[in-house]
Amino acid sequence: MTSFLQNLVNAMQWGSFYALIALGYSMVYGVLMLFNFAHGDIFMVGAYIGFFVSSGLIALSALGSLVLPSWLILSITILLAMFLTSFVGMLLERVGYRPLRSAPRASAAITGLMIGIILETGNLALLGAQRYKFPALIESTTYNLGGVFITNKKILIVFVSLLLMFALHQFVQRTKWGMAMRAMAYDYIVVPLMGVPINTIALLTFALGSALAAAAGILFGIAYPVLDPYMGILYGWKAFVAAILGGRGSIIGAALAGFLLGFIEIFVAAFISSTLRDLIAYSIILLILTFRPHGFFGEAYSARLRL
Amino acid sequence: MLLSVNNLRVSYGNIKALHGINFHIDEGEIVCIIGANGAGKSTTLRAISRLIPVEKETAITYMGKDLLDYSADKVVSELGISHVPEGRRLFGNLTVMENLKLATFSRKDKQKISQDVDRVFAIFPRLKERMSQKAGTLSGGEQQMLAVGRAFMSGREVMLLDEPSMGLAPLLMRDVFIALKEINQEGTTILLVEQNARMALQFAQRGYVLETGSIVLEGVSKDLLEDPKVKRAYLGA
Repeated sequence: MTSFLQNLVNAMQWGSFYALIALGYSMVYGVLMLFNFAHGDIFMVGAYIGFFVSSGLIALSALGSLVLPSWLILSITILLAMFLTSFVGMLLERVGYRPLRSAPRASAAITGLMIGIILETGNLALLGAQRYKFPALIESTTYNLGGVFITNKKILIVFVSLLLMFALHQFVQRTKWGMAMRAMAYDYIVVPLMGVPINTIALLTFALGSALAAAAGILFGIAYPVLDPYMGILYGWKAFVAAILGGRGSIIGAALAGFLLGFIEIFVAAFISSTLRDLIAYSIILLILTFRPHGFFGEAYSARLRL
Repeated sequence: MLLSVNNLRVSYGNIKALHGINFHIDEGEIVCIIGANGAGKSTTLRAISRLIPVEKETAITYMGKDLLDYSADKVVSELGISHVPEGRRLFGNLTVMENLKLATFSRKDKQKISQDVDRVFAIFPRLKERMSQKAGTLSGGEQQMLAVGRAFMSGREVMLLDEPSMGLAPLLMRDVFIALKEINQEGTTILLVEQNARMALQFAQRGYVLETGSIVLEGVSKDLLEDPKVKRAYLGA
């Protein structure tokens, strides 16, 4: 039982990363019918931006010119990195995807792949091959709850992730911008007839997804502090799986599927085999997709998206 | 002249859909364009709404402004030209109220918006009952009411209507047209395209007959209803 609970805690942490990244994939796919294959690299960019922001704040504190408590450094790092990374996402939409909006979908998909490579190698060119260590923003404490060990980092990661997911859900369900996003997911062609500037909604969708990916990047850096220009590839792909598994454009679906992925991976590793983790975990997911080809909560959309 | 369309040409790839048509609408009028399936009626409305590109010879003037300077959303939010598209195209995943609210996305006049919602519910009481229901669950008649209500919310100067009678039982159709007449009397200019030529000509003051991308006939509705060619081709007489 304790080992089950222990693994549950770990699974929640991994699920948080996948879920946060998956939301960005899912939103862009839902609203713009587009696979943004550069999204995993936005996660990487967000982690690096978080690295520079937090290192800067720590250096300022050390110099004594701006002494901030560590919780404030952490909060500023997350918020500022989310804000800055959202501009990277918007730039990606404006430069990479908007010119191709009426091009064949395959062209848009390879654009994402190419931009991903550009971001990875651009990072290498700019920062060199050395690996950066994400600063320890919080001092690690471990709590022993009846044999289950929980660190304050894990609690923070899961809590911040759930909070962000809840905030996103509220935004999409309650604001007019969220409503426009949902409308675009259903039938983007007639959305301009409502007086809605669809380019603004496209930018917003990228901004939100990128901000969440940045948050995931920082939380990841807190748990696994080594940064690498290629860190976004594998997690990006896995989160993409979660996004599709959750169902097109479904926020709740993407979040749940992200956590499910974390659970399957961790439990396969714990109880079956850690070397065969991904082999078995993704075979299971393949099987799930066979029975639910539209994912868990594929949102309804208009059957004829043509004029 | 409120809206004047000159030499409107539209192509889909190599296929010419409109061969340079000319027509105009005066303020407060109800004008219809009748024609068979594929004549280019919907294309005409989509071109005015800027949903599809026009060829460079085309000029569209609206209240002295070049309408082609405006993007699709600005045609609605800045010029006040709303469009009830073919097949209604409601957002089935949004509630009735959300569909109405979305249409006010760019409007700043908060107070007027809630007045307008009340007005829509007064014209179509059925929609008020279904307010928090998903639009996808409405019946065909209710959907058409919501499509008109939504256009009413988005822009009130001109309303472009694409086959509002389609798929409606005669009684419901009459209700919708009575509501449209009311909206027109409150100051909205209406451009209607219809396959149901009799209905359209009885409703509109003037009409244009569109055949394979060209206007072949135009005039006052009363005259068109009596025209032997129109009678033969469109009125089944």
